[in-house]
Amino acid sequence: MSSNISSGAKEIARAVNARECSAREVVEATLARIASVEPQVGAYLSVLEREARDGADALDARIASGERFPLAGVPLAVKDNMALEGTVTTCGSKMLERWVAPYTASAVRSMLAAGAIPVGKANMDEFAMGSSCENSALGVTRNPYDLERVPGGSSGGSAASVAAYEATIGLGSDTGGSIREPAAFCNLVGFKPTYGRISRYGLIAFASSLDQIGPLTRNVEDAALAYDAMAGFDPMDATSVDRAVEPTANALREDLQGVRIGVVKQFDTHKLGNDIDDVYDRALHDLEALGAEIVEVELPTADYGLATYYLIAPAECSSNLARFDGVRYGLRVDGNDVAEMNERSRAAGFGPEVKRRILIGTYALSSGYYDAYYVRAQKARTLVARDFAKAFESCDLIAAPATSSPAFRFKSKSDPYSMYLMDYYTIPMSLAGLPALSVPCGWVTPEGGERAMPLGLQLTAPLFAERALLSAAHAYERATMHASKHPMQIAEVTR
Amino acid sequence: MNYEAVIGIECHVELKTASKMFCGCANRFGAEPNTLICPVCLGMPGALPVPNAAAIEYMIRAGLAFQAAIPAFSKFDRKNYFYPDMPKNYQISQYDMPLTQGGVVRYWLEDGTIRECRLTRIHLEEDTGKSTHAGSNDGRIAGSSYSLVDFNRAGVPLMECVSEPDLRSAEEAVAFLEMLRRTLMAIGVSDVKMEEGSLRCDANVSIRPVGSDVYGTKTEIKNMNSFRSVRRAIESEIARQRALLDAGERIVQETLGWDEANGTTISMRSKELAHDYRYFPDPDLVPMEISAERVAGVRAKMPPLPIDRFERYTKEYGFNVKQASQLIEAPEIADFFDRSVAISRQPQQTQNFVLGDLSRLANESGTPIHESPVTPEQLGELVALVDAKTINSKIAKELLARMWAGEGSPKAIVEREGLAQTSDPAALARFVDEVLAANAASVEEYRAGKTNVFGFLVGAVMKNSRGKADPAAVNALLRERLGG
Amino acid sequence: MSSENLDIAYVAKLARIALTDDEVARFGAQLGDLLGHVATLADLDLDSIPATAQVVESRNVTREDLERPSLDREVVLSGAPQRQGAFVRVPRIIGQA
Ligand SMILES: [Mg+2]
Ligand SMILES: [Zn+2]
Repeated sequence: MSSNISSGAKEIARAVNARECSAREVVEATLARIASVEPQVGAYLSVLEREARDGADALDARIASGERFPLAGVPLAVKDNMALEGTVTTCGSKMLERWVAPYTASAVRSMLAAGAIPVGKANMDEFAMGSSCENSALGVTRNPYDLERVPGGSSGGSAASVAAYEATIGLGSDTGGSIREPAAFCNLVGFKPTYGRISRYGLIAFASSLDQIGPLTRNVEDAALAYDAMAGFDPMDATSVDRAVEPTANALREDLQGVRIGVVKQFDTHKLGNDIDDVYDRALHDLEALGAEIVEVELPTADYGLATYYLIAPAECSSNLARFDGVRYGLRVDGNDVAEMNERSRAAGFGPEVKRRILIGTYALSSGYYDAYYVRAQKARTLVARDFAKAFESCDLIAAPATSSPAFRFKSKSDPYSMYLMDYYTIPMSLAGLPALSVPCGWVTPEGGERAMPLGLQLTAPLFAERALLSAAHAYERATMHASKHPMQIAEVTR
Repeated sequence: MNYEAVIGIECHVELKTASKMFCGCANRFGAEPNTLICPVCLGMPGALPVPNAAAIEYMIRAGLAFQAAIPAFSKFDRKNYFYPDMPKNYQISQYDMPLTQGGVVRYWLEDGTIRECRLTRIHLEEDTGKSTHAGSNDGRIAGSSYSLVDFNRAGVPLMECVSEPDLRSAEEAVAFLEMLRRTLMAIGVSDVKMEEGSLRCDANVSIRPVGSDVYGTKTEIKNMNSFRSVRRAIESEIARQRALLDAGERIVQETLGWDEANGTTISMRSKELAHDYRYFPDPDLVPMEISAERVAGVRAKMPPLPIDRFERYTKEYGFNVKQASQLIEAPEIADFFDRSVAISRQPQQTQNFVLGDLSRLANESGTPIHESPVTPEQLGELVALVDAKTINSKIAKELLARMWAGEGSPKAIVEREGLAQTSDPAALARFVDEVLAANAASVEEYRAGKTNVFGFLVGAVMKNSRGKADPAAVNALLRERLGG
Repeated sequence: MSSENLDIAYVAKLARIALTDDEVARFGAQLGDLLGHVATLADLDLDSIPATAQVVESRNVTREDLERPSLDREVVLSGAPQRQGAFVRVPRIIGQA
């Protein structure tokens, strides 16, 4: 092969390791692609040209001396809430617009160690709060399949960059659906592993008990390779799980014989409209055709997920974001005393969605309301987790929509709560800490739209069953190949 | 009216781990400003805390030292409030499930009376950085125009210890704090230096009519930076409250600062919001489960506690409070003493050596006793030799100097050099007779009534025996020979 | 659960965010709306249900008490909004912690 950036990660790594092409050539081709489509897509907040070239050259030298890497030369988009030493790491916020990270996130470090080359820091909803990427204070990212539509959020930049072939793997973070939703909107595989599987060290926290890093890729195999590179205990993250990791990339299946797939009674897809309902019906038939047994399961608390999430996540974020105060780093707006300086800096540095969540979280934790809101939400969380545990007594995986609609137009969700509803299908899994992914499952042309837009099928597995999850997604992807059915609105990548 | 004071103490003690509570930065006092900082203790975006195992171990030790319960389950919580020297604007602390619950500090007063003060809890948290207030005349916060922050102290493990209001006087409060300090030092968890800020304390003070069992309105005193100022501040506050009540006025519940220069407490009321700390479990940390086996393991390795030593020294050994305190003050010296006594079986004489000759040698040489070449066992041997009258105290002194110089076992020296005291009557008689023969003039003088030459003759005999003669026996024999 | 007592100005003070009058009104309404939605949790019988703070049950994750290198002071201070010599400088502090 040449430096063909339309290839998957495995093929790129094979070619670079075999010295059929150099990592430098892959990087140059990627940077050229970025230069050509980025004006339309706007996936990146910063492109790491120099760093990527230097990194590629260093990698090529090591390969020349005999070393081999599982992700050799694979171009990587890093969501801009992950620290990468020496690079501006903004979290999509004015607060950190000029903050240069003095250290590297553990997950990013793992990807570097596997030979991946970060080519840019990807746009995102400010502090990962959002479902469209419109909450970024620093840039607009467009959906490569329809430039009038959002890429999804909060990992919208990572999703758009991978969809537009500006990277092969995108790192995202998922708190309530922020990997799975943009993956569905951008025709990608988006994978959120079990909470604690991948270190959060260096991931700028939104809601610590929910945040989880994961890959966005153009196929399941790439997601598995990225997961294999990043999963495992990290002594720098006390919540990362010290438990053996089974490699997944070498265990992907082609069929679903003997797999019981649960369909959630409460997730009635009829209410999503006929076109969408048809896509999901078709997906269940395809799963069945692969040998899966479809069973109905119940998640009685499914409808309480959103309320639970919108107390817990803001409560944690109100505390996590207190550190942005204008003292040690980031934006400062002066004041007559420290308190006034803090208040002004935070007023200027945070956008409206971030302020809303900080305020609601502060309220939910405040004296007199803690039990009524925060503790109640934590108890509801217990019920959500129990529901899943019960459901998994009768199935191996759960199939559900990833989103309730395909990508929508910019500014079409003006009231915050209607945006929060976008996470309806992904939040329960986050609350329960379960591994879940979105895999492309078909296309619909949204009402009033002209272009067909992708939909995602969300598959969820019990805690730590990443291998079964990726395996099933792989079988489904191979059998259906939905991802390759419609063109993007930008130039096709040269093959 | 007769009042009694009701006092409770809250103190913060820095643990002397090698590294900070949640990161690997050095836990060291006095370094160049802002050199002991990293993404974690600076609260940088994305950084996460991982607890220091040694700090948790130290907490268990402290709990056991004060007979506290060590709950099987405990966790870290976040205490949320903004302060510029607190990097995350929340402090990782413990709210409803601390590492220790309850407990009691048994302490002694100057007259040796032992009292008790119950503890509410001891919990583990992280320290803040340090602000220097600039632009005002006196470096105080009031009137300053800006502050300079050093984060070296941020994240140092801090033990917060809260007492019940069981103390009744400034004297008791100071004795309680002294006990806390001694104990924490003895179990090796802190330097407990008030002047370096590794012990900081606040006092809650109220008064009530003697005999009443309801509490009066309390005030909280801060900024006391020595035991002396604790005593003065509490005494001054008790007097202030008494004067107010006697004048028919009411006490206002408030926070007071101790003004050392003027010897008064001053109100620190500020227009801050009422505190609403929004405690919640820290989602970055996982709970701690401390098994009974683990607690037993820590207990088995606990060093002797000062209070136990105090009771043994005063009750069993009959030491006075000053002697007991002096030994206990430095745990290494007390350890040395205990090991010596195990050999000598003579507490009083051993104590005399440790606090007397041995301390003097230590002072002169600048080498602490426990680092000198003299082992506790050797000292025990020495005391036993004196006790058995194998050597006399003069020889013992000489031997100790030689042991300090590194000559080793006193027993071995005595045997090697034949220094054992002579009580053989024939030998003694020979020494005496030789002296009498050589000092006929003195003998004459004595017999003529100048009895003060007796001491000279004893000295001459001792010298003749090269110090080995038993002085008592020499005395007796001389008197006999000189005819009474 | 009710949102009647939502004093947005007080909450903003606690959270140290300066709000304009306009924001007070807008956020007040939006948060009231959200609190109305989350009030559905009152339907659940949660009395005997334990709270879940973390979904994956690990215990006793600690680090050994070992000293590790700190960051270079210049790297840290060069990122600070205001420094003075070796210190981070902040406006005057009113009131005690
Ligand atoms: Mg405290
Ligand atoms: Zn540190």
